[in-house]
Amino acid sequence: MHVPDGFVSGGVNAITYIISAGISVFAVREANKKLGDKQVPLLGVVAAFIFAAQMLNFPVAGGTSGHFLGALLAASLLGPWMSCLIMTVVLTIQCLLFADGGLTALGTNIFNMGIIGGVLCYYILVALKSIFPKNKSGYLVSVAISSLMSVVLGASACAVELAISGTSPLGIVLPAMASVHVLIGIGEAIITTAVVGLILNTRPDLVGTYSYQDAGTFNTMEA
Amino acid sequence: MKDVNIRVFVLVGLLVSLLIAIFVSPFASSYPDGLEKIAEIKGFLEKGEEWVLWKLSLMPDYSIPGSKNEKIATGLSGFVGTIIVFGVGYGVAMLIRSKRS
Repeated sequence: MHVPDGFVSGGVNAITYIISAGISVFAVREANKKLGDKQVPLLGVVAAFIFAAQMLNFPVAGGTSGHFLGALLAASLLGPWMSCLIMTVVLTIQCLLFADGGLTALGTNIFNMGIIGGVLCYYILVALKSIFPKNKSGYLVSVAISSLMSVVLGASACAVELAISGTSPLGIVLPAMASVHVLIGIGEAIITTAVVGLILNTRPDLVGTYSYQDAGTFNTMEA
Repeated sequence: MKDVNIRVFVLVGLLVSLLIAIFVSPFASSYPDGLEKIAEIKGFLEKGEEWVLWKLSLMPDYSIPGSKNEKIATGLSGFVGTIIVFGVGYGVAMLIRSKRS
């Protein structure tokens, strides 16, 4: 769903640039409070993994492909603000070096994938976590659903931007974008849940959103 | 399972990312993605083609201009990109941490 140059109007791009820049400044401040010794290399490797995994387009229906997004993976490990920073780093390098996503649309892409995918969907993960059983399965189900939603909501935001820009009417572009991205989102959920599950088995302390304070010894039992 | 050292964890993660970027990405689906496909069907794909900004990037569309083997070019651009993203991500995190008041 990387928006190229020309799809979204100058006005929409200007507004999303301002929002994305403002939230990035806030994200840097929040990350400054939370970055510990182990988070510094973790941030680098999560960004590298997201970049590499985003190159793997998998076919969905009707001659269309999709790829991993990774914002919710980053958010589940490092929280919303570091996820937003990671997506900003990945999207900026993709844009400048690989022309993947337009330079004029960089603010729009950071808004859709970093802020909606990383920040908003982090709070969806937290909300789901409180509803589902407070154990590993309940947590992984929450990760699966929120990662699927990160793709669908990001694509829906993209559809709204295209409609506001006069590129395509909302009644056409929103259902089209949302439905294709439900399929891509299923891939997202499978990859995110598998990777988070794997990290829970090796270094559960690195999955920042996985502590259940009210579940007593549960967290240490898993280590 | 015993906790693995953070250095080992990061190195294994980086190695897996590099292997994916170099050896798997050349075989990824070349179908258009969800947005491109819809742009094609709904007739707004050409709106993006009026722009020439992308021609300024070093490896447009994960290819290397002038290279003969497309798969090797994709793998190589994946390698370069993964290293740069790791370095920038690590560097940004170190910079943010060093400014702690």
